[in-house]
Amino acid sequence: MEPALVPPAAATLSGIPARLIFLLVPLLGIGLFARIIRRRLEPLRRAAPDDRFNRWGERLAAVFRLWLAQARQPRYFLAGVLHIVVFFGFLILAARSLELVVLGFVEGFVLPGFGGAFGAAYRALKDIAATAVLVAVVILAVRRLVFRPARYAVPARYGKDHTPEAILVLGLIATLLVSEGIFEASLLAAERQLGRETHALLPLTLPWAFARLLSSAPREALQALHLAAYAVHDFAFFFFLCFLPFGKHFHVVTSLFNVFFMRLDPGTVKPVRHGVGDEELDRLESFGVKRFEDFTWKHMLDFYSCADCGRCSDRCPANRVGRPLSPRFISIKARDLCFRRYPVRGPIAAATEPLIGGIYAEDEIWSCTTCGACEEECPLGIEYIDKMVDLRRGMVDDGLVPQSLQKPLAALEKRGNPWGKMEKKRGDWTLGVGEGCRVKLFEKGEEAEALYFVDSITSYDDRMQKIAQAAARVFCAAGVDFGILGKDEKDSGHEVRRFGEEMLFQSLKEHNTEAIRATGARWIVTTDPHAYNALRKDYAGLPPVRHASEVILEALRAGRLALAPAGDGVRTCVYHDPCYLGRHNRLYEPPRQVIDLLPGLRRVEMEGDCRDRSFCCGGGGLMLFYEPEEEMRMGVVRVKMAKAAGAELIVAACPFCLVNLEDAIKVAGLEGELEAVDLCELVDRCLARAGGRSTANGQGGTA
Amino acid sequence: MNILVCVKRVPDTAENEIEVRPDGTDIRREDLVYSVNEWDNYAVEEAIQIAERTGGTVTVATVGSADDEEVVRREMAMGAQQGLMLTDPAFEGSDGRGIAEILRAAVARGSYDLVLCGAQADDGAGQVGGMLAALLDWPYASLVNRIEVLEGKKLRIGREIEGGNQELSEIELPCVLSIQTGINEPRYVGIRGIRKVASVEIPVLGAADLGIDSARVGRAACRVRKLDYFVPPAGAGAEILQGSPEEIAARLVDLLKAKGGLK
Repeated sequence: MEPALVPPAAATLSGIPARLIFLLVPLLGIGLFARIIRRRLEPLRRAAPDDRFNRWGERLAAVFRLWLAQARQPRYFLAGVLHIVVFFGFLILAARSLELVVLGFVEGFVLPGFGGAFGAAYRALKDIAATAVLVAVVILAVRRLVFRPARYAVPARYGKDHTPEAILVLGLIATLLVSEGIFEASLLAAERQLGRETHALLPLTLPWAFARLLSSAPREALQALHLAAYAVHDFAFFFFLCFLPFGKHFHVVTSLFNVFFMRLDPGTVKPVRHGVGDEELDRLESFGVKRFEDFTWKHMLDFYSCADCGRCSDRCPANRVGRPLSPRFISIKARDLCFRRYPVRGPIAAATEPLIGGIYAEDEIWSCTTCGACEEECPLGIEYIDKMVDLRRGMVDDGLVPQSLQKPLAALEKRGNPWGKMEKKRGDWTLGVGEGCRVKLFEKGEEAEALYFVDSITSYDDRMQKIAQAAARVFCAAGVDFGILGKDEKDSGHEVRRFGEEMLFQSLKEHNTEAIRATGARWIVTTDPHAYNALRKDYAGLPPVRHASEVILEALRAGRLALAPAGDGVRTCVYHDPCYLGRHNRLYEPPRQVIDLLPGLRRVEMEGDCRDRSFCCGGGGLMLFYEPEEEMRMGVVRVKMAKAAGAELIVAACPFCLVNLEDAIKVAGLEGELEAVDLCELVDRCLARAGGRSTANGQGGTA
Repeated sequence: MNILVCVKRVPDTAENEIEVRPDGTDIRREDLVYSVNEWDNYAVEEAIQIAERTGGTVTVATVGSADDEEVVRREMAMGAQQGLMLTDPAFEGSDGRGIAEILRAAVARGSYDLVLCGAQADDGAGQVGGMLAALLDWPYASLVNRIEVLEGKKLRIGREIEGGNQELSEIELPCVLSIQTGINEPRYVGIRGIRKVASVEIPVLGAADLGIDSARVGRAACRVRKLDYFVPPAGAGAEILQGSPEEIAARLVDLLKAKGGLK
């Protein structure tokens, strides 16, 4: 039986068979797309190496979670749900679009396997998908044009607004959906006019609506509409395909690969150059990223993949307090540069100009606290910390280091701590531990089962020494046999590495590794999440490392600590997740469980800003010395959140957090209303009340 | 322009606890760490920037022993092309004039258009630059915080005067300038930079190489002799204000008004 309308593959246009045109469009479209992609791959070929062709299972799991299951999308609920609708709509409609393209030159083409019952089910599914996507597209357009969420705004210094591109793409998607619907509906209407049986359309779907609209249209009009809809779909489809690699919608193509190759280990820092070991660093001509081509190919793929959704910058504490950094524009500016230097047509001009002083400013790159909030949020697995570290390595190599950081770096080199304090005083905090708990000194040849790695700030800072003293008393009470390195300990170098001074970090690491291994300690405990992260992720060949909260929790659960409420009544406290304990090491629960086991406390949460969405206090290590341009301190934002949560006590588990939060309480004028305290101090207070510190260090009984 | 910068290795004073030796001959040096004198570091940065703009070389020289080589190397890692160690047992114990004498011989041996030194050293008396200029019979300007190279072997130099105002002068080359901190932002030198110049040979020149009469330098030739180091007795003491922050602030304002600090 002849179809009611002449199909595209059989039609003629002014005597020319339409199938020629409909064959030419995909051939040209695919050819052009391939050419564009080849050019887009050119910078990746010239990029620094990156070791990502490994750990296939974990990578596939990441693809399943982030790409297919869109796991991070609902963190921004409305935008996320709309994206999920569009994403699955695309996946479903891809088959139909493919079928349509072939129908232009093969009459009556049906995708293999798409006949029969499966085909009918698919038709219903794709009609639902098309309708849902169209609704989503309308809502997205209204959001973009009317409600204009603040995170989409482009500050003038970062370039042009991206709304026109977004609207154009939404328009293209709508065009595809509508033309597909009309193509199908016009044929159905014509068939029905001839009184033929047609497949039923689900009510309220796009083709259903179009079929109703067209039910009494003249045959010629239906025929014209049928062919026109086909042509519009064909052209729009290939225009869209070739338009993708020119902007933020490139992620439609690259996201799968970007997620597959994403960074799998939070808290780590990439090597200076993949394939060059720590011992061979001296033979490298240059360190870090100075020009665009110094980025690794994965980092370039990140730039291509950024969908410009603004979530990274929305969560970025530096951006929030008005520092000159917005992670989103780290990507967008690099992509713009890449597209300028590697145009799709015309000669390629590798980007020889330095990035710093070009698209990036020094303060922009120093503003990052490496808190990881941006990476945690990015639905596409784009990474920023390694880029920041690589850019800083380049600046350090060129001598571009702010004066405020040069002194602490020089002191770290000479004395192993950023203040230049004397090595022999590193263990002086033990003098304030008090009766009944003796801290063993490995430097004096004593032996112990555990090594307490104190790190610089807790060793030297008057206020933070109290954390070490409290921790020592708690460890003693818990019967932990521990000692410290004393003058043999140097700074862990955690921030030294993250501030780009790799060689200094290497020398600190070598020194500490040797000193730690010489103790014979079977495990390491630390109260400083930065040291914890460094020893676990940046060092190698050490005994297992535990954070104090894990050790305390174990002791509490074993009933080894006798506790009493630290004060009268019940105090409301909130726990602040330190970045390097939480996001970078996923230790969200142990500190909370410790607090919950302490008497006299009621714990609340800073909802929406806790756990993996914790808001950085301002940064640790060398960040304490950096003088950023900012409108407000991050810590002030944070203590206000704690106050809003109804807390009287903000509990940190990191000495740097404590410094920043205590300062912020003063700046915010919350003295007397909010107190910042370290977890170890909190436990120690409860111990003191209970008089529960009869057990001396590792000696048992009385001391 | 060929520039010589005179540098000195000094105890790092940031957190070092400086104690006087009981015998009063020196400070206790056992636990000290050393670095390049801060003012000298600015002078080297300035020299490198001038050489980058106008061409020429930068040479860094120090009077001292093998221990002092580390600062010369650090400044070479910054970008100075050449180093110079002025080392001789006969130089030990020289006073400011003796040091200037040694440096004068080093300057005479090369062909320098400009000699820079730090305005003072952490452990010095701020005297060598002026004496060196006098011995060379070159023009001298001190506390320079701005240098502009002019046509015809001249410099326009700036100096900060009272109230943050600037004084501009013109000086003919060759000349000696003493450099104030803040004239620039010295670049960072890391371990990597130092390792890159670790194998560069630094010439060591003694009294004979420099043609210096040993009788004019060293401890015996000092015309200024150190007598003693001691900790002065504590004075009547400061007044520590007591009370709440508001009370302390009010009392402080009263005191400042009373003593003429506030009008």
